[in-house]
Amino acid sequence: MEKCYWMAVAILMGLTVRWTVSLHSYSGAGKPPLFGDYEAQRHWQEVTLNLPVRQWYFNSSDNDLQYWGLDYPPLTAYHSLLCAYVAERIEPAWVALYTSRGHESAAHKLFMRATVFIADLMIYIPAVVLYCCCLKEISTKKKAASALCILLYPGLILIDHGHFQHIYNCVSLGLALWGVLGVSRDWDLLGSLAFCLALNYKQMELYHSLPFFCFLLGKCFQKGLKGKGLGSLLRLACTVVASCALCWLPFLTEWEQTLQVLRRLFPVDRGLFEDKVANVWCSLSVFVKVKDLLLRDTQILISFLITLLSVLPACVKLTLRPSLRGFRFALVSCALSFFLFSFQVHEKSILLVALPVCLVLHEVPFMSAWFLLVSTFSMLPLLLRDGLLLPSVATTMAFCMACAALLPAWAEASEEALQLGAFLAAVRKHLPYLKPALLPHGIRCLFLASVTTMVLLTLMSVTLEPPRKYPDLFAVLVCFVSCLNFLLFLAYFNIVIMWDSKNGRRKKTN
Amino acid sequence: MWLNWLKTRGGAAMAALGTVKGSGNWFLALALGVTLLKCLLIPTYHSTDFEVHRNWLAITHSLPLSQWYYEATSEWTLDYPPFFAWFEYVLSHVAKYFDQEMLNIHNLNYFNSRTLLFQRFSVIFTDLLFVYAVHECCKCVNGKKASKELTEKPKFILSALLLWNFGLLIVDHIHFQYNGFLSGLMLLSIARLFQKRHMEGAFLFAILLHFKHIYLYVAPAYGIYLLRSYCFTASKPDGSVRWNSFSFTRLISLGLIVFLVSALSLGPFLAMNQLPQVFSRLFPFKRGLCHAYWAPNFWALYNAADKLLCTIGLELKLLDPNKIPKASMTSGLVQQFEHTVLPSVSPVATLICTLIAILPSVCCLWLKPQGPRGFLRCLILCALSSFMFGWHVHEKAILLAILPMSLLSVEKAGDASIFLILTTTGHYSLFPLLFTTPELPIKILLMLLFTIYSISSLMTLFRKEKPLFNWMETVYLLGLAPLEVCCEFVFPFTSWRLKYPFIPLLLTSVYCAVGVTYAWFRLYVSMLTGPPGGKTKKQ
Repeated sequence: MEKCYWMAVAILMGLTVRWTVSLHSYSGAGKPPLFGDYEAQRHWQEVTLNLPVRQWYFNSSDNDLQYWGLDYPPLTAYHSLLCAYVAERIEPAWVALYTSRGHESAAHKLFMRATVFIADLMIYIPAVVLYCCCLKEISTKKKAASALCILLYPGLILIDHGHFQHIYNCVSLGLALWGVLGVSRDWDLLGSLAFCLALNYKQMELYHSLPFFCFLLGKCFQKGLKGKGLGSLLRLACTVVASCALCWLPFLTEWEQTLQVLRRLFPVDRGLFEDKVANVWCSLSVFVKVKDLLLRDTQILISFLITLLSVLPACVKLTLRPSLRGFRFALVSCALSFFLFSFQVHEKSILLVALPVCLVLHEVPFMSAWFLLVSTFSMLPLLLRDGLLLPSVATTMAFCMACAALLPAWAEASEEALQLGAFLAAVRKHLPYLKPALLPHGIRCLFLASVTTMVLLTLMSVTLEPPRKYPDLFAVLVCFVSCLNFLLFLAYFNIVIMWDSKNGRRKKTN
Repeated sequence: MWLNWLKTRGGAAMAALGTVKGSGNWFLALALGVTLLKCLLIPTYHSTDFEVHRNWLAITHSLPLSQWYYEATSEWTLDYPPFFAWFEYVLSHVAKYFDQEMLNIHNLNYFNSRTLLFQRFSVIFTDLLFVYAVHECCKCVNGKKASKELTEKPKFILSALLLWNFGLLIVDHIHFQYNGFLSGLMLLSIARLFQKRHMEGAFLFAILLHFKHIYLYVAPAYGIYLLRSYCFTASKPDGSVRWNSFSFTRLISLGLIVFLVSALSLGPFLAMNQLPQVFSRLFPFKRGLCHAYWAPNFWALYNAADKLLCTIGLELKLLDPNKIPKASMTSGLVQQFEHTVLPSVSPVATLICTLIAILPSVCCLWLKPQGPRGFLRCLILCALSSFMFGWHVHEKAILLAILPMSLLSVEKAGDASIFLILTTTGHYSLFPLLFTTPELPIKILLMLLFTIYSISSLMTLFRKEKPLFNWMETVYLLGLAPLEVCCEFVFPFTSWRLKYPFIPLLLTSVYCAVGVTYAWFRLYVSMLTGPPGGKTKKQ
């Protein structure tokens, strides 16, 4: 008991911060006619409760898809339905068809916040706690410390409990985390089941699918594809197909249904990117208007090819040499590649990268914490629009402090701490005059420069009025700066992945 | 060139980051962490005290000194001593940069986001004094052995217990009051007495008295301690007082300090002949024995016993139903509570009870002086005794005992056990302060956070001694959980909700009163049976 209490303290802190943030404003509060993501979630409850399953994804007189139509996989819809049942028990006016549009009240806000809070409490937080408990070679107190750092990650808290994302990230990310947990404890079937659920909750989980696939495939290869491996591969395939089929059951009756859901899930006609995203396409459009220059099909093709190219090294490596560590880093690098290069990316999708980064927080504390800071910063325009400045600043500072005080060697940017020893050894073979202290120094300078620009840009966007000619000046700058940072991280994580085996081998020989 | 500069600055910044983890800056992390939490609490529910303080800002800002204690446009008249009024006056000069309108006396119940921000930040900012006081207090505790683990050092535990105190957080930063910096002043003055800087301690306490007169309750402890251990410079070997060691200079300088502070505070009103008016505002005796919600003290038990006897009497036909005042049966929570069986209590009676309760502890302080620790124990007993028997006591007043008690708790296992019972019940009794649904998770989470931390950390600290709780205490403390479930989750859905709306409050205050009384009793026993003064170091 003496040792457990630190974990209890960490969980309670995480919960407290979540609930206090939820008392602040949410997206689209008091902004008719479309309101915001909060209204979308409420609208889905209304639709799923009042319409038969067959009509959920179809445009009809009862279901105006232009007004926050359902565009997430079936599991989200079921979750909405579940919430709607509860809402109806409490107050039928919240989910009445037509009349409840734009409904806003203190009680309803409380209800909606409670749904997220409960989902978070039941899915995401247990996964994080279990993950940290399973970490090896560190004390109980250190485990609690990493759990606290992960739970305090401001991006997820602000989007789910502040902004009110119209699809609960904590559920999809939590399920994905359960998947990671299952796979890393060698319960591959459970892991893939959890991941399938995550995928059927939010299609963006595809960002994580490649590493999962490669890792499991690699494991099967290791067992020998002719013997045990084939059996486990078949079992995995069956699990995946069965769980997906179960989720899609009501929509598999007719071909048209399935197709319509898929069309809603992947709205190709929405364009290369939405709003201001910190990815390559959006940043590039500052100089070249890619969106207007190329045909849509060409855009899709190009983005697909580049994404593929950038995930390829990590995936190949993972398939050939599946290791838990490699799996975690591959999750980071693949998700980041998808975020940076793929078609139709939301600014909130950065959370999908942030989750695996949280998982390597105890291995490369400095770079991970830095990345998590940048990822929160990249959502600044969104958070400012929702009036969430105060909670953003407070939670970010709390996160920084937790990292600085609790993580091992947070401020230490040595080669070893950055896991770059093997890479630098390789580089030195070719460039012998490279000084050993140069890289840590360089990284520190970059970190400082990045933090300074982030602080300055935050201050500017809060205090200054943008020039009339460029009303989005600060938002674009924020995205551009974050994108540059992300590219750096992509390079870094890929280097760590590629030079990992030498590191591992050396450890083995030692 | 600039790259070089960046490198050196970078090194400095990284070093600064590094120290947060390293030497002693854990204190900063704790303080900053709780400050950030306070910032997150800004949009929570606030009570009428928010309007009270806004009104005082307006009064002190827009009226001359002579009108301060006469102004009665709002029902929330100024009823704190002059220094607090001056404090509001200073704040109002910052407030005008936020929103001029909140300083208008006629804008009753004025509220907007800027007012909210200003008022909340004023509490957060003035809490800096509290943080400093905690820092000073940490220097005063001496653990028996210095544990290697940072989190098992008494200093760390003490600062966590004080800075993250659940009661202060919800009373100041949700309910809205300025207890933080007032408690800071008290802790600072205690710390000064520990550091043998008696004059400073007396000065700070005199100032504190003129900020909020509730601290009069602990004044006897200060008076006797300073007289016995400061004015008398030596004791006989057996600990009794050596009469010829009396130092007149010390007494006179102490008196001078108190007199000067009082003159500064009350002088202007004396000059304007307004003292009676000021005192009539400060000591309103027209209120009832108990606050609307009974504080968990002796009178709560007394009232409950009265109700119980009344019910029994009615059942056994010993009482005539027609003679019983109706109000007392239907709602237990009217301001004027009329007793039916037991004799009614007058203000004078409570005053006498309080004095009798305080007397032994003060005598003990005189007869067996045990240095500053004995003083601290006496101070807590004074605060707790007046909480137990005082007239119209607020449940918030329990903080007056809980905060100084934290200091004792990290030094001795016995005190830790008393402290845990007192804080847990005392904090739980604050729950009815926050009755709105959005704050329900916050209060439960924060309470759990503080309780789990305090119990586990003190258990870890004293793990080599006998267990902190016996089975009865454990059962009692665990009983709080079902009580909370019944009061806030089950009761609202039962049919009794309309018929007996007062039951949850009644249960809460009676249940907590048992714990507080028990803690008070045990603390008294520990003071009276403590080692005789002769054994401790000579003053």
